[in-house]
Amino acid sequence: MKHGPATDWSKDKASSFKTRIGVWMFILYAIIYAGFVIINTFNPKIMGSDIGGTNLAIIYGFGLIIFALMLAFVYNAICTAAEEELNGPDADLEQSEEM
Amino acid sequence: MYETSSWAIAIFVAFVSFVLWISYHFARKTKTAKGYFAAGGNIHWSVNGIAFAGDYLSAASFLGICGMIATVGYDGFLYSIGYLAGWIVALFVVAEPMKRLGKFTFTDAIDAKFNSKGVQLTAAISTLVVSTFYLIPQMVGAGTLVTPLLGLPHWMGVVMVGTIVIIIVATAGMASTTYVQFLKGGLLIIFSITIVIVTLYNGLTTHPKSSRDTVYHQLATLPVKLNAEGQPQPQDWHYKLLSTASPAKGFVFAKLDKDNTQSWWHLTKDQNGEDVLTETYWVTVLANPVTDKKGLKVSTLYNGIPITESKPIQEGHIEKLKYNGKEVDSVSNLSIAEFLQSIKESTIVRFLKKTFPDGDDKVTVYYQTPTSGKDILTPGILFKVDSAKGATLMNKLNFVSLMMALFFGTAALPHILIRYYTVPTPAAARKSTIVAIAAIGLFYVLTLFMGLGAMVNGVVDLTDNNMSAPLLAKSFGITLFAIISAIAFATVLGTVSGLIVAASGAVAHDLMDRFFDMKLTDKKKVQAGKIAAVSVGCIAMLLGVAFKGMNVSYLVGWAFAVAASANLPAIIMLLFWKGTTKQGVASSIIVGILSSVGLILLSPDMFERYGMLRTAAPISLDNPGIVSIPLSFIVLVVVSLLSSSQKNKQYLRPSAVPEKLAV
Repeated sequence: MKHGPATDWSKDKASSFKTRIGVWMFILYAIIYAGFVIINTFNPKIMGSDIGGTNLAIIYGFGLIIFALMLAFVYNAICTAAEEELNGPDADLEQSEEM
Repeated sequence: MYETSSWAIAIFVAFVSFVLWISYHFARKTKTAKGYFAAGGNIHWSVNGIAFAGDYLSAASFLGICGMIATVGYDGFLYSIGYLAGWIVALFVVAEPMKRLGKFTFTDAIDAKFNSKGVQLTAAISTLVVSTFYLIPQMVGAGTLVTPLLGLPHWMGVVMVGTIVIIIVATAGMASTTYVQFLKGGLLIIFSITIVIVTLYNGLTTHPKSSRDTVYHQLATLPVKLNAEGQPQPQDWHYKLLSTASPAKGFVFAKLDKDNTQSWWHLTKDQNGEDVLTETYWVTVLANPVTDKKGLKVSTLYNGIPITESKPIQEGHIEKLKYNGKEVDSVSNLSIAEFLQSIKESTIVRFLKKTFPDGDDKVTVYYQTPTSGKDILTPGILFKVDSAKGATLMNKLNFVSLMMALFFGTAALPHILIRYYTVPTPAAARKSTIVAIAAIGLFYVLTLFMGLGAMVNGVVDLTDNNMSAPLLAKSFGITLFAIISAIAFATVLGTVSGLIVAASGAVAHDLMDRFFDMKLTDKKKVQAGKIAAVSVGCIAMLLGVAFKGMNVSYLVGWAFAVAASANLPAIIMLLFWKGTTKQGVASSIIVGILSSVGLILLSPDMFERYGMLRTAAPISLDNPGIVSIPLSFIVLVVVSLLSSSQKNKQYLRPSAVPEKLAV
């Protein structure tokens, strides 16, 4: 039995583009996440600041969850567009069995 | 003891039977190793995405996070934020490359470039260690669940889950695990939404009831005068002071007698600054067991009554409820914003505990701690981060360490990584991760409302906060409670199944087939995987009993730290640094495991677990991530540089430099 990848992905010409986009989006999110941790660690009082009926802690916390979701959708849209452009519209369906 | 309901048991049994039927159904279709370890690689990405959520929303999320929010407020929600943020690393950095490089296991992907025995061995050991660490909280959660639902002791729950999971995994493997996770992940989100809607509709009150047929217990306050020795003398002559205990500076607890019934009280001051004793709840562990009404020997008393005859200790309520700035007794039909605003403006009574000796017995007193809603909705109750409130540098490091482990841990969990092999293409791996983020993100938003709902509705079991969310459901009705408990139980079943498939893959595929080169046939490989599954399942059961009572989310924090330290540096550097060598990867995995597990074993939390003082621990760091994750990265880089320069010297030709990795 072979021990290579389960599927044939080598035809994915969008691979390096997707990796670059992924790394940049990761860095963007990591900076915002680090900001949350830094504020909590060095000036936690700011987290108690009132914003409307609630406080910064709740807004920032929910914000991190919602922002993650938004980035995920944007990333998928960019990657899908790149795959369709570089590999053709049916690239996602390609697969080969090794078993 | 919790009262059991036959209706609840019927729903529970029906649900678990259905899960087992799914397992049996897919077992008949699983014939090959790929079928067993990777569900044939043909699961649809949307199903896999919800199954990801099912895998990830384990006992730690539903039981642990809600329990932690119910006792410490926002600090518990930090786990939700960190757990979700971890998926960003999984999506943007790990998902597609892992799918491209691997076949069955995490080791496949790590070893794809090298075909090295050292990498195979260390990666397989890492999978086993991380899976075992992750299994502990799941088993603890399982034991916690069956106590109120089926009236069984904790260890029986652990054994039940262990046995059912071994049946599931030993029969069907990844396909049935995937469909069980899909079902349970979907149902968990639907019913969590239901709990939150009912919580908001019922609103807030200063007189909550833990179930429909219980009466709200108004905790008493006794005015006292302090005598010359500083001992509190109740002004109500019905009460007589028997003794006092001062387990820590500034804490005095008084043991009183009224009509030959003894009780413990907390000496504090009322709003006018007068000395008062406030009523507490307490658990006594007797040196000499007593006999209950049924003739059973019992050594634990709840409020002086044998545990077998007493009700569980459930509490948590609002002392001063404010709605739109006005003090009210109750308010209902709230929006999300109104609910949070009311909590923020109100004062909530939480319960903290102190343990001290009383003669030969050991007493744990749970005393009232009024806390402003503002403090509950900001960090700082569990994680001491505010220097103005006495936070030390080590407190801050502990917090940063945990947030780091949560962020980097998700993408390094073996049972999450193997799910990338159940879908057909890298694009499907990406899409299923996005479905997972949507489902998991929604659930984590709900945890804040379930946790706060439990905190103020008098349902938190003070002896074990893990059951807060199911007990909140119980206060709304037994059917909702039974369904939620059955889903939570299936949650544990599913996650444990995934972990055991990952662990058995490490043994059968990575170690036996590849490392020892045993040339197993497909059938033998599946057989070896099943034997490994049974062994890992048995170890998990023993650990589940040993760690009873610890918050499951807290335990998962450790598993994340071990995963992030052992696996993530290898994954990241392999993908993004051409200079990574097999020696660097193997050393980093070993150093990551040893440093993280070593630091955990020497931590104050573990010393408390050993029955020793927290201060006796040689280090004061509770979460190892901040040390072990960077250390593992440094070791990988240094060893890679050293080994590649040695290789260069040996061959003196550029082709000895590792080949460029296709990413």
